[in-house]
Amino acid sequence: MSVELGHFALAVALALGLALGVLPLVGAQRHDARLMAVAQPAAMAQFVAIVIAFATLIAAFVNNDFSVALVASHSNTDLPTELRVAASWGSHEGSMLLWSLMLSGWTCAVAAFSRTLSSVLRARILGVLGLVSVGFLLFLLFTSNPFERLLPAAAQGRDLNPLLQDPGMVFHPPLLYMGYVGLSVAFAFAVAGLIGGRFDAAWARWARPWTTVAWCFLTLGIALGSFWAYYELGWGGWWFWDPVENASFMPWLVATALIHSLAVAEKRGAFRSWTVLLAILGFSLSLVGTFLVRSGVLTSVHAFATDPARGVFILAFLVIVIGGSLILFAWRAPTIGAGNSFAPISRESMLLANNILLVVAMAAVMLGTLYPLVLDTLGLGKISVGPPYFEAVFFPVMAPALFLIAVGPLARWKRSELPPLVTRLRWAFAISVVSALLAPLAAAAAGVDGPAWRPLTSLGLAFGFWIIAGVVVAVTDSLRTPGRRFALAHAGSRARMQPASVWGMHLAHLGMGAFVVGVTLVNSYQISTELRAEVGHTIELGDYRLHFTGLDHVTGPNYDSDRGHFEVRDASGKLIAELHPEKRVYRASGQPMTEAAIDRSLLRDIYVSMGEPLGGTVWAIRAHIKPFVNWIWLGCVMMAAGGFLAVADKRYRRRLAQRESRAVASARA
Amino acid sequence: MKLKPRHRRLAWVAAGLVAIGIAAALVLNALGSNMSWFITPTEVAEGKAPAERNFRIGGLVEPGSLERASDRVGGTFRVTDGNNAILVSYTGILPDLFKEGRGVVAQGRLDDNGGFAATEVLAKHDENYMPPEAAEALERAGHPVGAGAASQAKNP
Repeated sequence: MSVELGHFALAVALALGLALGVLPLVGAQRHDARLMAVAQPAAMAQFVAIVIAFATLIAAFVNNDFSVALVASHSNTDLPTELRVAASWGSHEGSMLLWSLMLSGWTCAVAAFSRTLSSVLRARILGVLGLVSVGFLLFLLFTSNPFERLLPAAAQGRDLNPLLQDPGMVFHPPLLYMGYVGLSVAFAFAVAGLIGGRFDAAWARWARPWTTVAWCFLTLGIALGSFWAYYELGWGGWWFWDPVENASFMPWLVATALIHSLAVAEKRGAFRSWTVLLAILGFSLSLVGTFLVRSGVLTSVHAFATDPARGVFILAFLVIVIGGSLILFAWRAPTIGAGNSFAPISRESMLLANNILLVVAMAAVMLGTLYPLVLDTLGLGKISVGPPYFEAVFFPVMAPALFLIAVGPLARWKRSELPPLVTRLRWAFAISVVSALLAPLAAAAAGVDGPAWRPLTSLGLAFGFWIIAGVVVAVTDSLRTPGRRFALAHAGSRARMQPASVWGMHLAHLGMGAFVVGVTLVNSYQISTELRAEVGHTIELGDYRLHFTGLDHVTGPNYDSDRGHFEVRDASGKLIAELHPEKRVYRASGQPMTEAAIDRSLLRDIYVSMGEPLGGTVWAIRAHIKPFVNWIWLGCVMMAAGGFLAVADKRYRRRLAQRESRAVASARA
Repeated sequence: MKLKPRHRRLAWVAAGLVAIGIAAALVLNALGSNMSWFITPTEVAEGKAPAERNFRIGGLVEPGSLERASDRVGGTFRVTDGNNAILVSYTGILPDLFKEGRGVVAQGRLDDNGGFAATEVLAKHDENYMPPEAAEALERAGHPVGAGAASQAKNP
């Protein structure tokens, strides 16, 4: 397939996007069923066109077509095939094409699974998504054409950045973009709702699963990015508060607030304006993230100023989308109407507090990310804001929200009394506080090496245990027949009575607890060393001995590598693992890369990486023991799994079926 | 509590404002104590570097200046912007892309001898890529890197 076909398909997709973005919206205003009926076929046809465009790009990469500029600059004949496929989104142009593909995929999914929506609402949602796609396709075609030819063709490609040559590259960007772009659906629901002025429980029930799925993908995408950075950057950190990471974290914080406020909007009809605002904010932040990462402002404000086409385009797009939707919000918000009232102690009030805290945390992250850019742009000097800022701000803001995770699900809607809540949670509270204080003592008694106990260790553990204990209380309460003691015999049938969405919530909260425990333990008890080591040397690290037994050379498909051999033994001398960290030099670019070797387990990681050769068989070696570090990502996977479980709730399908039969009945009448 | 709806809403707004105020105080305090200015070697030579605070320097690693320590990882090297240079000492593994003659950015503070004690040496993810602060230092000293070097930065 020639890339010209891809280029043409992209132009066709733009035309279809224009049709999708204009006709159904006009049709919805005029109640013209024919115009509204354009939406579904246009959405599906656009998806097909973009799939064709993407397929031609992947084909060019797989076939090493170095007459395509993008392939010549981001691939190489020595690159393994799966990485050549992944290289198609390893560039600015390719990743924007991936964005558009994801967007049209989501649009197509909405078109396919929205038969229960009223035709007017569906036309508006698809129309808004169509308009968004027009913005991105224009951006691709006019500033970032991935199909540009290189004449004369290059004999060999410049190769993909070695850091990206990893299975993480195959999965991380698609997952993250699924989440980023998925927030556009929540945005489209919000805008369509604002145009129609209809925000009932049904609107929230429709918007909810879409938002939750987007949130799940965003969670998985960020977690995978963190997991990847942990082993690939070679020094064992899992989160760097880097602007690129923050760009994905800010939409996550808002999306987390949004899935909670949607719960209130569905169950109680409250928080409606706020929910709409969050949906707009969430998608706006994914656009801001795209702007930050893609316009070049992060690498250098000056680079942005010398080649401003892309940045100015995205900035203009941002202004139109955010400004337009906020104006629409200001104009239509009074029609949304207030929801049901609630008492100061109620599930609503706790979810409101959760929402405020998440948004404040997002604002703090945003300030730390954008402030250096603003100063630099204004010529006031260059500064950098490091992780200490984010850590100092983030934990105090999120701590009350973590506390509420255990309380919220036990509180009743509308009005909850404090004494029963205290009664139900007092044991959970006592157990979590006592065990948070005792666990470090027990660890010290068991001879676990590491830095001395710090108050933060117990504080972090207390929050983690508290969340987990809260879930346990909520689950056992729900498995008990009201007014009786807990009985295993009845628990099974009670469990089946609970809807999947409740189980999903508990699983996600449990994941948050595991995450907090993992972060606390790895921050408190990790042991690290960087030293000169010669073959034959033994590095003592905590309870482990890392014996540097040898070195050899390895020739990979597109790199040469020096590989170290390490035997890891415990205090008794038993062999636990053999680790083989590498220092690679990629042939095409000459760029060195550190490949860490990790012995993973649920309780600890043993991490070894090679720094630089220091002459003879002496190397600079970095080694870490990272207790409970895998709980961090395990917790994220549990959160995402909880989200997917919640979406699988029969409620969404049963209502769907009811509505369908009702629609059929009314069509007959 | 029996409050009129209007009063209740006011109470919520007040609570929200208090929360935001506390957060803002936290944020500004943390920002003030945790941000570091970027200072070029020439500015350090002119005595413009803060004495008791972290800051960042950038420039090129002066060719031939790297001396590895024999008893630990790391060593000393000089960072230059073409006009002035400063001696940087660092204990730790130097990043993969650290090389003499290449751009580098270091975070740390002045030591007692007028040198720079680095706590962190940064290298970005790409061989062709000049860290923006390093490029800026050369530019301010009147030795700009070849035009386009900064815009070669690939996506992260």
